[in-house]
Amino acid sequence: MSIPALADSGLVLRDLAKSYGPVAAVRGIDLTIAPGETVALLGPNGAGKSTTIDMILGLAPPDAGSVTLFGSTPARAVADGRVGGMLQTGQLISELSVRELVAMVAALYPRALPVDEVLAVTGAERFAAQRTTKLSGGQSQRTRFAMALVANPDLLVLDEPTAALDVEGRHDFWASMSEVARQGKTILFATHYLEEADSYADRIVLMARGRVVADGAATDIKSRVGGKTIRATLPGVDLDALRSLAGVTGALRRGEAVTLACSDGDAALRSLLGTYPAARDLEVRGAGLEEAFLELVTEDEDEETAP
Amino acid sequence: MSLTYLHYEVLRTFRSRALLFSLGFPLVLFLVVASTNRHATLEGVSFPLYYMAGMASWGAMLGIISAGSRISVERQQGWTRQLRLTPLSPRAYLLAKVVCGYLTALLTMVVLFVAGTVLGVRLGVREWAVMVGLALVGLVPFGLFGVMVGHLLKPDSLGPAVGGLSALFALFGGAWGPIATHGTLLDLVRDIPSYWLVQSGTVAYGGGGWPLRGWVVVGIWSLAAARLAFVAYRRDTARVV
Ligand SMILES: Nc1ncnc2c1ncn2[C@@H]1O[C@H](COP(=O)(O)OP(=O)(O)OP(=O)(O)O)[C@@H](O)[C@H]1O
Ligand SMILES: [Mg+2]
Repeated sequence: MSIPALADSGLVLRDLAKSYGPVAAVRGIDLTIAPGETVALLGPNGAGKSTTIDMILGLAPPDAGSVTLFGSTPARAVADGRVGGMLQTGQLISELSVRELVAMVAALYPRALPVDEVLAVTGAERFAAQRTTKLSGGQSQRTRFAMALVANPDLLVLDEPTAALDVEGRHDFWASMSEVARQGKTILFATHYLEEADSYADRIVLMARGRVVADGAATDIKSRVGGKTIRATLPGVDLDALRSLAGVTGALRRGEAVTLACSDGDAALRSLLGTYPAARDLEVRGAGLEEAFLELVTEDEDEETAP
Repeated sequence: MSLTYLHYEVLRTFRSRALLFSLGFPLVLFLVVASTNRHATLEGVSFPLYYMAGMASWGAMLGIISAGSRISVERQQGWTRQLRLTPLSPRAYLLAKVVCGYLTALLTMVVLFVAGTVLGVRLGVREWAVMVGLALVGLVPFGLFGVMVGHLLKPDSLGPAVGGLSALFALFGGAWGPIATHGTLLDLVRDIPSYWLVQSGTVAYGGGGWPLRGWVVVGIWSLAAARLAFVAYRRDTARVV
């Protein structure tokens, strides 16, 4: 790869891997995010989102693979003030007011935004004079968001930014994020919320068990599972037999009920009834992002548990 | 390093409750003990002068060690991780901690000197200057101990560790009164850096300074403490590049 190509790319992950002892947290991730993209890192608990983010930010060294930010190492990009972030864990330091804390962080960055402006945008203005130790959960989260925003970085990395925020908080948050995105900044955020990923990201990277299981626009991911889900009551049926039916891409069991993910709903329904006339309580639905999410995540799990 | 960052670090230090104790205990002890022995002499100098130097040394030691030990709390809170996302270098972070430690120590000394003056301690300008200058040098190993402790210990053991460490150094250094006036024990305590810290007051009386041994002892302890602080820092930050 030529140097200009690297410099043009915002964020490049190559075969990134990291284990904590026996736990393989991240198992070979390849990902390229262009400058200006807003990308959601979506996945269940323990999928490896935070571990990936730690490696992107240079907080944890990868066991294998590489991270390139704007053509250089994470350490370089961080030292140049091109990266801002909101980590999943971490408290605010004491003995300062919210305004003082944000001003202290702003002083570390070469192109920081005016503190008052950021306090207003994040809604932290209302409690700006309060000590950091006397905040509600959502207020601390807004403060942390203000700290990330004031840095005015080229890449903003946010690990579950809306956790602990109320409806208004979420609204404020996404409104200011859209503004940041409009300025052409690159945004990567981790989340569990499908609606958030669907509404605010240009692109969704779905992670499960340390791998990327899907990567694309929300609509692409939905179409990956064809669009239809069939639910039926069918006791004692073999899941593998269901998966081999025409038009069926996945099967899950919950008690006596089975859920089939289908690439072709009509074909699947015909072959299901043809093969299993005993199937009852049939329900056919268009698959949403949630079904896609569940299917892609469990598909990967099946792979893992296979001998 | 950004001066604004330093400004807020200093602000945090002076708002911290720890300052109340590192300043309060030596001051109260000095006022109580020295006022009842105003006209006594010790080691050839007036008791209030000796005790003022002793309490100022102990308080400064306590202040500078606890300033460094705040690193431990900030690591536990995840604040140092957050700082690693900023352009602030680890060196600047440590430097700010040391500056805050020195300011705490200076404030403690000034308060004790004012209290000493109230109780009749009279020194010339040169003598004050020598005393403060030597104390600042004598505090170097303790500032480094603070950084070491901050990287080595969890916050829940900081209190006893910092209190105990400075108490031991104060006791053997003679901050609460000379532990030995002659013989092998005196010879031993003269190898302890806090002995020379306490001596900064008495040697300044009359315009003197540390003998060569004082410089050598403080120098060697500083080098050793720097090495230990560096090892602790490396060990602690090894998992985070
Ligand atoms: N410091 C650590 N030491 C040991 N194991 C860890 C550590 N951090 C993460 N893990 C493990 O690595 C795996 C991935 O964790 P990670 O925090 O990256 O997941 P996540 O996708 O961010 O999950 P969540 O949605 O719950 O935040 C988990 O199995 C977790 O137990
Ligand atoms: Mg996480």
